[in-house]
Amino acid sequence: MSKPLKQIHLAAHFPGVNNTTVWSDPKAGSHIEFSSFVHFAQTAERAKFDFLFLAEGLRLREQGGKIYDLDVVGRPDTFTVLAALAAVTERLGLTGTINSTFNEPYEVARQFASLDHLSGGRAAWNVVTSWDAFTGENFRRGGFLPQEERYSRAKEFLATANELFDSWHGDEILADQATGAFLRDAEVGSFVHSGQHFDIHGQFNVPRSPQGRPVIFQAGDSEEGREFAASEADAIFSRHATLEGGQAFYTDVKKRLATYGRRHDQLLILPAASFVLADTDEEAEELAKEVRRQQVSGATAIKHLEFVWNRDLSSYDPEGPLPDIDPDVSADHISKGRAQVRMYRDPLATAREWRELAAAHNWSIRDLVIETGNRQNFIGSPATVARTINAYVQADASDGFILVPHITPTGLDDFADKVVPLLQEQGVFRTDYEGPTLRHHLGLTHPDDLRGEERAAS
Amino acid sequence: MSSTPPSHLHLAVALDGTGWHPASWREPVARPRDLFTAGYWADLVAEAERGLLDFVTFEDGLGLQSSLPQSRLRSTGGTPIGELDGRTDQVRGRLDAVLTASRIAPLTRHIGLVPTVIATHTEPFHISKAIATLDYVSTGRAGLRVQISARPHEADHFGRRAFPPISLEELRTPSGQERLTELFDEAADYVEVVRRLWDSWEDDAEIRDVATGRFIDRDKLHYIDFEGEHFSVKGPSITPRPPQGQPLVTALAHQSVPYRLVARQTDIGYVTPHDAEQARAIVAEIRAERETADRAAELPHIFGDLVVFLNDEQAAAEDRRARLDALAGEPYTSDARIFAGTSTQLADLLQEWAAEGLSGFRLRPAVAGHDLPAITRGLVPELQRRGVFRTAYEADTLRGLLGLARPANRYAATA
Repeated sequence: MSKPLKQIHLAAHFPGVNNTTVWSDPKAGSHIEFSSFVHFAQTAERAKFDFLFLAEGLRLREQGGKIYDLDVVGRPDTFTVLAALAAVTERLGLTGTINSTFNEPYEVARQFASLDHLSGGRAAWNVVTSWDAFTGENFRRGGFLPQEERYSRAKEFLATANELFDSWHGDEILADQATGAFLRDAEVGSFVHSGQHFDIHGQFNVPRSPQGRPVIFQAGDSEEGREFAASEADAIFSRHATLEGGQAFYTDVKKRLATYGRRHDQLLILPAASFVLADTDEEAEELAKEVRRQQVSGATAIKHLEFVWNRDLSSYDPEGPLPDIDPDVSADHISKGRAQVRMYRDPLATAREWRELAAAHNWSIRDLVIETGNRQNFIGSPATVARTINAYVQADASDGFILVPHITPTGLDDFADKVVPLLQEQGVFRTDYEGPTLRHHLGLTHPDDLRGEERAAS
Repeated sequence: MSSTPPSHLHLAVALDGTGWHPASWREPVARPRDLFTAGYWADLVAEAERGLLDFVTFEDGLGLQSSLPQSRLRSTGGTPIGELDGRTDQVRGRLDAVLTASRIAPLTRHIGLVPTVIATHTEPFHISKAIATLDYVSTGRAGLRVQISARPHEADHFGRRAFPPISLEELRTPSGQERLTELFDEAADYVEVVRRLWDSWEDDAEIRDVATGRFIDRDKLHYIDFEGEHFSVKGPSITPRPPQGQPLVTALAHQSVPYRLVARQTDIGYVTPHDAEQARAIVAEIRAERETADRAAELPHIFGDLVVFLNDEQAAAEDRRARLDALAGEPYTSDARIFAGTSTQLADLLQEWAAEGLSGFRLRPAVAGHDLPAITRGLVPELQRRGVFRTAYEADTLRGLLGLARPANRYAATA
């Protein structure tokens, strides 16, 4: 007998501040008005998605010493908008990216425990780290953290937050109006944590929330990031959405689980994926090409070339040839507040390679940036996209996808209306929610039951 | 937009657990088991909105509640202030106030939402964007109530500074006052950063100019470059200027040091006079501070805080207070005056104090499930009969309800 079909997990990433978000389209709406978030979240819930996902950046990006103005700029506070969305949705999971460098565990644990209570068990935390002094200029601590310590702080931050989540067990509040006992005992929520990064003690003041702990996501891709995910996370927000790349990442991360005594199904792999839908595959290809040109204006092309060249290229014509001069590898990076620039480890080699590519194809700067940039992951008719997504998941390229539309807030509508029904017909995606909490949607065990399992196994 | 006539009172309600009396949770109407659900708070705020109140505040704290006072200037012997009390017979634990307010925002249309934020241990950058976002999700009804924390156990939850225990007597010494002053000075810096960040985007910074490919006009985004003793913040905010421009900043104050904060940094100060004469004195002191700070033109609203037990008969209100005191095992005391009586009596008192310069009141229901509906269904109609309270919401924003204009952006170049 063949193995049973995997159920696909789907999530919706609110379009972010990268050039993949096409704000110039006449259909593009506000990125900040709450009505956009409501439309997006309610579309995801109508389609029975697992969760909505919000990214975060704590300092506006700069390039060449100036605020970067070509992409969407500005977004709401993650926790606050998720709490409001809990009022206009009933089942949709609410995943927020929250930095472990520029926060304190007691406050973040309170916020997630509160969000979990206020949403009836739908909170999730994408734990990210940063170290840059650039972002630190907005915070009390400043740029305090050496790069090599960012994961050690993130790990200790999460461990400390978990101690706080677990400091209440769920049976402390008696609220017995007859006897006058509100609490079972006065020591509720007691914790002591003494470590390299945090030395705190006292009593946590939010009772145990419906999910026990929020669902934990991890997004880093480095060796350290993968180990962190294998040891601590419930899901990974990855960037490996191709079939081969996805499979390699999936195999690599899942095999690390055993080291930490964890089962294969205790960590979900959910890559970010973009898509373009049209009635036919041919129309979708055409549309996808058009969208890629919208995503890379001439001005954007020059700025992206600067990521590699690390110098001001504003005098170059985006429709003309690539610069003859070489990248500046000596100076501080021209771009600040952007993780993407770290991808170019050897700018001289990249520049050489790009010049050869451009020469061979007769590409302008803009052509090159478009062609070497990311192609949308799923392009085609609804049937093609549904088939491809299912094939990828069944082939263990992932456990599902976090979809990133390019239009706010309606970019998910067609996927919800046209692709999801096909996945449901194939029996690989839920036709309704089976439980109230995000853990139910993701098939994750409640932390209390997990401890029970461990006890039973020992 | 019509604004509130000057003769009108403004009314807010302070929400805290099941009510301000420590035994309030034992009342049949109290719903103590629902305290950690959104539905509980949604019902309270819906009731407040039904009564056309200006806004509700949400108490908060970064530690368990304690019956021991934080900084009240009343002698309780050598009791160290701000310590935990080890009690199990009162409500303990609470949800984050900003998130609770935000959870309620989409369910309401007119009422202002003013959560407490603790300046001492949190990041002004985070709070600025959180309140801006609350203003977006409520389409212009957000504010904050800024509070300091001198509680040693709350400092221990963060591990970044230590506050040695201090007694009330020590607090009154010059060194004790210095400590308090430092915390309030930090709070003033905190509010300054929060406010600058709200203005760090001009209203028309988002241009979406397809021809040049520019989403924003970056000349309309501003570094705030704040440098203070406790923190430096560069800016700009990651969140565009909120709908009200500047959401409301409010603070509770009991003495000169916090009056200075009220006068210099807030739109509304909550004060705790116990009679009309004290109300007059406090208003005068804040007004003088305001003049010193050269902001006399825009005197903040000064609201009187009162704990209220409201019944149709005065005796019933007093009986209820006595019954709750008996359940608590001691008489309830408060920094604010405790009122037990009828709507008519309370309306008389509010009008008498308003004549001394208070522009509104923040009522603390002794039992939320009883006294909040008594305010909205008893006091409010009484004030309406007297022609001193609105009969319909006259504005869509909290600033509008309070008769405050949308402020100009401090960074915008004047034409």
